[in-house]
Amino acid sequence: MLIELWINEKKTTAEIEPDTLLIDFLRKQGCKSVKRGCETANCGLCTVFVDDKPVLSCSMLAARAAGHHVVTLEGLQEEAKGFAAYIADQGAEQCGFCNPGFMMNAIAMFRENPDPTEEEILEYLAGNLCRCSGYEGQMRGIRSYLAYKKKEEGASE
Amino acid sequence: MIEIAKYVKVKSLEEAYELNQKKSSAVIGGMLWLKMQKKRVGTAIDLSDLGLDRIEETSEEYQIGAMVTLRQIEQHEGLNRMTEGAVRDSVRHIVGVQFRNMATVGGSLFGRYGFSDVLTFFMAVGAKVELYHRGTVSVEEFAQMPYDRDILVRVIVPKGQQSTVYLSQRNTETDFPVLTCCISKAEEVRCVIGARPMRAVCLRDEQGILSGGITPESAAAFGTYVKEHVVTGSNLRAGGEYRSILCQVLTKRALLRIAEMEKEG
Repeated sequence: MLIELWINEKKTTAEIEPDTLLIDFLRKQGCKSVKRGCETANCGLCTVFVDDKPVLSCSMLAARAAGHHVVTLEGLQEEAKGFAAYIADQGAEQCGFCNPGFMMNAIAMFRENPDPTEEEILEYLAGNLCRCSGYEGQMRGIRSYLAYKKKEEGASE
Repeated sequence: MIEIAKYVKVKSLEEAYELNQKKSSAVIGGMLWLKMQKKRVGTAIDLSDLGLDRIEETSEEYQIGAMVTLRQIEQHEGLNRMTEGAVRDSVRHIVGVQFRNMATVGGSLFGRYGFSDVLTFFMAVGAKVELYHRGTVSVEEFAQMPYDRDILVRVIVPKGQQSTVYLSQRNTETDFPVLTCCISKAEEVRCVIGARPMRAVCLRDEQGILSGGITPESAAAFGTYVKEHVVTGSNLRAGGEYRSILCQVLTKRALLRIAEMEKEG
């Protein structure tokens, strides 16, 4: 079947199978940041935005995404760059495999709630698993990124 | 892994119902649970284009479309106000935000899963489901019905003064619950226990244990009543005996929280 959708704001038309999953479709389209972690809709690694909402691309049919706007980490390079540096500064990740999904969902959180409390951060990111760390480095990275953002906003006012 | 031969975004409920009469067909909600099954689906029926992704409000009720996501009910102001946050408490521990942006209310309820937080909550608040063929049925009755080929259209939550508390016990954050307990108090007390691990059940205060008001003593006594009247079972998450103890504890805690809420007004 033929579908038409937007991938990182680029209109794309493609032939798919009825049971093609969005994750496989996106990888075929060259979005290699989208990865499979658990395949049981639990780990958050395959997170992409569909109409600006973070979803698990391993559990969505590509057919359902037809007519919608899909954004992957490839399309968020600018937004991700600043934040990624803070995570790297903390040496938060070891193997780094969970990074793309974590970045995506953290960006979704910053957009939805620019000034989250500790509890709100933990709750929003609960669906992103990292098997190397205890999330402490990520939390430090998020806190210093938020502090920097606040300072930056204060300076521009 | 699930295999799908044909995918149809239906244009009407009638079309969905017709297609779904074939045993090999399946309605896709969020597809999260469906995908986990090894199954061949002839026609996958997608209700996405029927405008069922909205929560509508009338003076008497909230009408929640079958395709409304768990995240939508979690963030819905009116539902949260009415249930004093219980609707949020019922879904906030389910996997993660991304998962709840996909999982649908219709799919969660139609499955009548034993582990369901969603079934527990809607049963406690006296919700009804609107089925395309059969019409409106209370969630309590629906939970007992065998699976059929009908289409769940929406969930209807009656408005009204009530105090609702939702509690769940989990072995770890984001996991399935070991036991769920939702108590809603309006004219009557409805105490729903789910994840027993069988489908949720609703108990009422048939012996008038709470007729003199909720006190630490009556709450404990009603907890014991619930423990004695709810059948629990064992699975890999917990044993039946442990679940029975949880029935008592969670019921008592939920009642005491309701008493506090009533005092706060």
